[in-house]
Amino acid sequence: MELLFFYIFAAGIVGASLLMVTRANVIHAALSLVLAFLFMAGLFVLAGAEFLAGVQILVYAGGIMVLYLFSIMLMNVGVSIRLRQWHRQSVLALAAALLLAAEIWMVLGRGGYPEARRWPWKLGETPGNVEALGQVLYTKFLFPFEVASMLLLAAMIGAIVLAKRRITR
Amino acid sequence: MGIVAEALIALVKIAVVLGVVSLVVAYLTYLERKIIAHIQMRLGPMRVGWHGLLQPIADGLKLFLKEDIIPDKADKIVFVIAPVMVLVPAFVVYSVLPFSQNFYITQINVGLFFILAVSSLGVFGIVMAGWASNSKYSLLGALRSAAQMLSYEIFLGFSLIGPLMLAGSLNLQRIVEAQGDVWFVFYQPLAFVVFFIASLAETNRVPFDLPEAETELVAGFHTEYSGMKFAFFFLAEYANIMVTTAVAVALFFGGWQGIDWIPLPGFVWYLLKMGVLIFVFIWLRATLPRYRYDQLMRLGWKFMFPLVMANIFLTGLVKYLFL
Repeated sequence: MELLFFYIFAAGIVGASLLMVTRANVIHAALSLVLAFLFMAGLFVLAGAEFLAGVQILVYAGGIMVLYLFSIMLMNVGVSIRLRQWHRQSVLALAAALLLAAEIWMVLGRGGYPEARRWPWKLGETPGNVEALGQVLYTKFLFPFEVASMLLLAAMIGAIVLAKRRITR
Repeated sequence: MGIVAEALIALVKIAVVLGVVSLVVAYLTYLERKIIAHIQMRLGPMRVGWHGLLQPIADGLKLFLKEDIIPDKADKIVFVIAPVMVLVPAFVVYSVLPFSQNFYITQINVGLFFILAVSSLGVFGIVMAGWASNSKYSLLGALRSAAQMLSYEIFLGFSLIGPLMLAGSLNLQRIVEAQGDVWFVFYQPLAFVVFFIASLAETNRVPFDLPEAETELVAGFHTEYSGMKFAFFFLAEYANIMVTTAVAVALFFGGWQGIDWIPLPGFVWYLLKMGVLIFVFIWLRATLPRYRYDQLMRLGWKFMFPLVMANIFLTGLVKYLFL
């Protein structure tokens, strides 16, 4: 049963991603990306990471993609449809893709990430995913967590400074 | 119990909740018209049925039979999907609400988080509708709406952290059980005020109904919609009002728990509390004028945001010192 859902979600991700790169209309591409994010959230649920699934939807689909759409809508979408979509780089792209596939194959083939290949994925017998995540985040990984939040704060201040300059001019 | 039986029971529960919610949503429009009419010394709908009681059904039939117009220059696919994208998240959220001790569709560990995540998808429908209509009014309405909903989602999310810290769980049933003695609204009055204001903004209600400000934007993002597609937006708006009040009841007013010496089933208490809150929603619409856009943003970011932050800090401090 879980395997069936895995294949449904995986097919959804692949299909939506293909739609995203092939659509000429930017809005359609962005909406396909949202679909891909939703399917990814499904995979997280299968892996027993409900909190990550929620974050995936709340932050990526519900937050970042809305901002994307927001800024795309302010552009002239009609122009983007008339632009050339294919740049005759398919040979190069194919080579890069094959290289990446070979790399992934080698990492997994040599026994990297053994826990990722054990099906079905289960993250231990924790009372709840959220509790476990919070426990680890605020004890074992406190320092990286703080560093990440400092980084985000710096990015935020940078964005405000950039936007502010334009207003005062 | 076999898997088929379980699936059947789940389906029946979903059908019950969906049916009741759709019916109640239809009658909310009637309730709103009646209440506002009486506040304004009018009678409201009186013609269809006793005191206009059949008005929602007549309205539904009218919308159902109306011609469904898709503008010539609209993006057809997105235009058709948009109303569905608004309605589906609004209804999916009902799957985790604990209507009583043992009546709920499902219980998940991250229930509250699930509600926040799913309802954040509703913005897409609005943005898609505004863009696909290919009309300036719609686009402006959609942009306003997206900015407003994104901003107020943040305060909404943060205002829930206070009660969460007290309950120590994201599971809605657990949160309700934690309020056995005292409702969280007494411990967390600040959080409740911010939650209520933010949910007014999230559901595009007065005084934050800028996205559909009739006097300046015609009807905002759904200007170009007619017939059933328009009805979908309408239904979604009222379904969302019910969801926010339901979340408020679960988090701040003790959910299905009532007063001990009045023997009423849990879901009746739940619905009663929701009804009171919905009445306040409608009451506000008849009372308040609309905010200007810059006022809306200033109120949100400069007043409510520091307030919720202070609330989280205070809750943490009190919990650390006295509990």
